[in-house]
Amino acid sequence: MSDLENFRAETRAWLEANCPAEMRLPIKGEDDMCWGGRNFKFKNDAQKLWLDTMAQRGWTVPDWPKEYGGGGLNPAETKILKQEMASLKCRSPLSSFGIWMLGPALLHFGTEEQKKHYLPQIARGEIRWCQGYSEPGSGSDLVSLQTYGEDKGDHWVVNGQKVWTSYADKADWIFCLVRTDKNDKYKGISFLLFDMESEGVSTKPIKLISGNSPFCETFFDDVKVPKDQIVGELNRGWDVAKYLLGHEREMISGGGLSADMPSIGAAFAEVAELDPILRAEFAAFDVETLAFRAMSEKFMDELKAGKGHPAQPNMMKYAGTELNKKRHELIMAAGGSDALEWESEASNHGAKPRGWLRTKANSIEGGTSEIMLNVISKRILDLPGA
Amino acid sequence: MPLYHNDDQQMLADAAQQFIADKGSVAHLREFRDKNCKDGFGHDLWREFGEMGFNGILVSEEEGGLGLGHQEAGIILKEIGRNLTPSPFLTTAIAGIEALNAGSKNLREKYVPGILAGETVLSLAIEEHSKHRPDHIAMSAARSGNGFKLNGAKKFVIHGGSSDMVIVAARTAGGVNDREGITLFAVDKDVAGMEINAVRLVDSAVAAHINFNDVEITADAVIGEVDQGADVLDRLLRAGRVGAAAEMVGVGQGAMDITVNYIKERKQFGRVIGEFQGLQHRMSHLYSEMQIADAAVLKAQQLLDEGSEKAELMISVAKAKVGKATNLSVREGVQMHGGVGMTDEYDIGLYMKRDRALSEFFGDASYHVQRVAQIYGY
Repeated sequence: MSDLENFRAETRAWLEANCPAEMRLPIKGEDDMCWGGRNFKFKNDAQKLWLDTMAQRGWTVPDWPKEYGGGGLNPAETKILKQEMASLKCRSPLSSFGIWMLGPALLHFGTEEQKKHYLPQIARGEIRWCQGYSEPGSGSDLVSLQTYGEDKGDHWVVNGQKVWTSYADKADWIFCLVRTDKNDKYKGISFLLFDMESEGVSTKPIKLISGNSPFCETFFDDVKVPKDQIVGELNRGWDVAKYLLGHEREMISGGGLSADMPSIGAAFAEVAELDPILRAEFAAFDVETLAFRAMSEKFMDELKAGKGHPAQPNMMKYAGTELNKKRHELIMAAGGSDALEWESEASNHGAKPRGWLRTKANSIEGGTSEIMLNVISKRILDLPGA
Repeated sequence: MPLYHNDDQQMLADAAQQFIADKGSVAHLREFRDKNCKDGFGHDLWREFGEMGFNGILVSEEEGGLGLGHQEAGIILKEIGRNLTPSPFLTTAIAGIEALNAGSKNLREKYVPGILAGETVLSLAIEEHSKHRPDHIAMSAARSGNGFKLNGAKKFVIHGGSSDMVIVAARTAGGVNDREGITLFAVDKDVAGMEINAVRLVDSAVAAHINFNDVEITADAVIGEVDQGADVLDRLLRAGRVGAAAEMVGVGQGAMDITVNYIKERKQFGRVIGEFQGLQHRMSHLYSEMQIADAAVLKAQQLLDEGSEKAELMISVAKAKVGKATNLSVREGVQMHGGVGMTDEYDIGLYMKRDRALSEFFGDASYHVQRVAQIYGY
């Protein structure tokens, strides 16, 4: 057996022995995931055990270096771990903006001290992070940010407001874009990390059309941030933010389209038989899904090999989010009147309609579809004035 | 295996790109169209394809080929598509060779050397309907002495009038829709009773309607086993479908490229029209669709090369997806060219015509979407 075949066999055996049965049931929604953090209430013992077991092995972040709490796996091993987890239906042990977004940026831009300090805590799920990018009036146009950090020698004093800060009310720390130079519109922005319990930070949930409130308004009133909590260079936070957005877009574009997801037509075969037009739409959607998944695989393989166009994540984000919205339109259509139930036990408290409404944000958050199309026009197609 | 071309494949792609752009450009298509060539393609270029080794991609090394796979075949086909090169490559070196690879050594010895040299051309007499329905075969092949007697009619036989051998799917037993009882034959073109009516198609290719009137063939013309031809036909179809999909990716990308260049130059209202966001967004959407289609085709080729049971599904996904994406590309191309898009002088219209023909060849998007539903069992 080759090394990789050995690794696959050992990994499978280990997962079978260590992944609790409760952690192999399908996830019902965002509330059912393990988010970690100082104030997180575990759903059950199995959820905590699974997080601790995986974190100890470094497998919450299998491809990070071991010295930062990772598993030190190479790309081929990481892929195998994912495949084996999918085939045994193991849940992800930890859902975390720290893993998906901040971690990669810290690995790339952080100082050695920052890496040693923050990364292992992220890997163990001890700190729950939120992202402070958007502001009222500054959605995808981040250049217009107003939140200001005034230089006070050994620290900044931050004032301003952020909006659409996902789970800010539940987060322990924030990674935040703050203007540190008012004279340079395009640069002049720095990337700061700070504790949400700092004096002067307050949050307020925003109720959405789904009836849920994953997003918040976040206010900073004379918040003191020590100087060593900047990532990357002063006034060059844009570099860090863009790097991180690439990862965020990759994450959003893959949302709901994981490799083990069954055919939508097969899942709703009875409806397909009842309604030939819907059946045709299901089949067309299955084609789109499998084709998108091939593109996604190609992109990931190219990324690992250092090939591919750097603006490719923008294209993935655009195509993936539009596809996911379409998928939920079809789920609603397939469900018929049953899918309208908002609060019943049978509907799992309206999981379908809430999920459907939630997906409408996919093509807005992390840069709108229109912004993605602008980026493709400019950076890939080289169209003028874009 | 990673889902991109390895170094060897990239070298082949570079060579093919250069060679086909030089020798088989759109100007070449116009030349053969304008002189009303009865074959619709150039035999000199076909021989040069042979010299380049392209024709032997799916032929084993023992038999003088390169012993490569569908990913490599797709590299050539994509360039053929990009340049609208008129060529019997897909019917002969891909679908035809795949059928012969399932046949006897005698048959291969008879035809393969000529194909490798670019001397021999094959055509495929599969269709009996104006829409791709390879599982409906009415044409009969009745036993007659040591051989068979063919009766019936086939349509849409591309290069049917100028090929040296026609691969014919006929019925030796069973009813029209039965899988059992299909047999494939290698029929030489000069055999008596074969009435070939060649017609030029919208994309300037020449196809034939062929009537078989008591065409007598010998038993050694059978490709594979009598009554068991469905498996050989499937093999031919898999290669043909994924091949046509690869060629269509080339057509779609070629059309997109000339359109992008056009809107960077064409001025209206004192600005190049490529500055307008309305066009930019449509063009970026198109780019994204073409990327997805390209990846789907590559995935299908890879699964087919690996012998994976998932290949069947992914081939239909690929043909369906590229059918939609390339169609979008040529339609947007003509529209964004404006009035000149309607003229014969500009190339974009030729891309639209080739797309139309290729989308019907081996099944259109709707056929393959339907097939995806069937494979998934709903």
